[in-house]
Amino acid sequence: MNAFFEKPILDNPLIVAFAFVGAVIWISNFLARHLTGGRVAGSAIAVLAGLALAYYGGVVTGKAKGLADIAQFGGLALMGGAMMRDFTIVATASEVHVDEAKKAGWLGFLALVLGTIVPFVVGVGVAYAYGLRDPVTLTTIGAGAVTYIVGPITGAAIGASSDVMALSIATGVVKAILVMVFTPVLARFMRLNNPQAAMVFGGLAGTVSGVSAGLAATDRRLVPYGALVATFHTGFGCLLGPSILFLAVKALFG
Amino acid sequence: MVIFGTALLAACYLAGVAVGEGIAALIGVKANVGGVGIAMLLLIAAQHFLQKHGLFAVDTAKGVTFWAMMYIPVVIAMAATQNVIVAAKSGPIALLSAAGAFAACVFLISAINRVIERRHIASAALAPITDDHDPASDLSVAPDHR
Repeated sequence: MNAFFEKPILDNPLIVAFAFVGAVIWISNFLARHLTGGRVAGSAIAVLAGLALAYYGGVVTGKAKGLADIAQFGGLALMGGAMMRDFTIVATASEVHVDEAKKAGWLGFLALVLGTIVPFVVGVGVAYAYGLRDPVTLTTIGAGAVTYIVGPITGAAIGASSDVMALSIATGVVKAILVMVFTPVLARFMRLNNPQAAMVFGGLAGTVSGVSAGLAATDRRLVPYGALVATFHTGFGCLLGPSILFLAVKALFG
Repeated sequence: MVIFGTALLAACYLAGVAVGEGIAALIGVKANVGGVGIAMLLLIAAQHFLQKHGLFAVDTAKGVTFWAMMYIPVVIAMAATQNVIVAAKSGPIALLSAAGAFAACVFLISAINRVIERRHIASAALAPITDDHDPASDLSVAPDHR
């Protein structure tokens, strides 16, 4: 009986992922409607459920890819990987109203600059407060607070040690998860209800995974505007991190 | 045919990512610079051009819209593959700098969005989604594409 199910599941990982995610969303929508009376979006619950399942996967396997490390759910790694994420993000551009996006291009850029510098300064400040003084370490942790990709790329460029890199990646991952979880909660406070606001959000909150999941859980229609700006975030951070920001830190603490 | 839409999307994606790699090489950065954003702009332009010349058939649009609607499921799969353990077990430096960075950004976003709302730089708030109808299915194929 077991082999009867086991083989088709292990042989068709992506198809299993489609069916599984569909089931998660169906249950989440059901809970949203009947348990919260529609006050919490179904997709917000689904993202939380995904994170909880990732935690479970991590506990069971002790590896890094959440639920996808359990063989039966391996397809989630492909379905939720960077390739599919970016492909579907590009597809959402078909819903962009050009006039709305044009209206806030300069705002998006301003948000991008602030969204790189502010998290960096906070990261460096916290590391400094914990007694770290080495400019390379400070810069790598600060860059991790921008995104979990900017952190290790900056660290590698300026020669950080592997434990500092790990700390930097952890910082970025924590930030991405905070953005995913708290964006729908704080959406009203952030006035996140129009395309321009979503562009400001995309630039400042940064991290594509956080922004994409956070906006999806808030209002699906805002996703392309936020993503349009956020996708420049990593490249911009990787440009500033090992250059201007590192030199500034070195000048201050070196 | 549906595949034309998906192929157009794929072509824009690949072209955008290639340009992003080019920019990265040009300025000496080890990460793709805005490739996905450039791909989005390419798709918007291509779609606009094809619509203007009456070449964007309904079926073609479906080949794009399907993937736009698959976005939320993909994001949920992404959430399920995050390294949540690392996040949960990370020490105070990672937790505090991440939380501090996010909090500072939330206040900045709130401040900027209040200003652009008052100065009417922002558009009116979107109407709330009333039922469980997926708003994506209204979009992109809509004839009033601006």
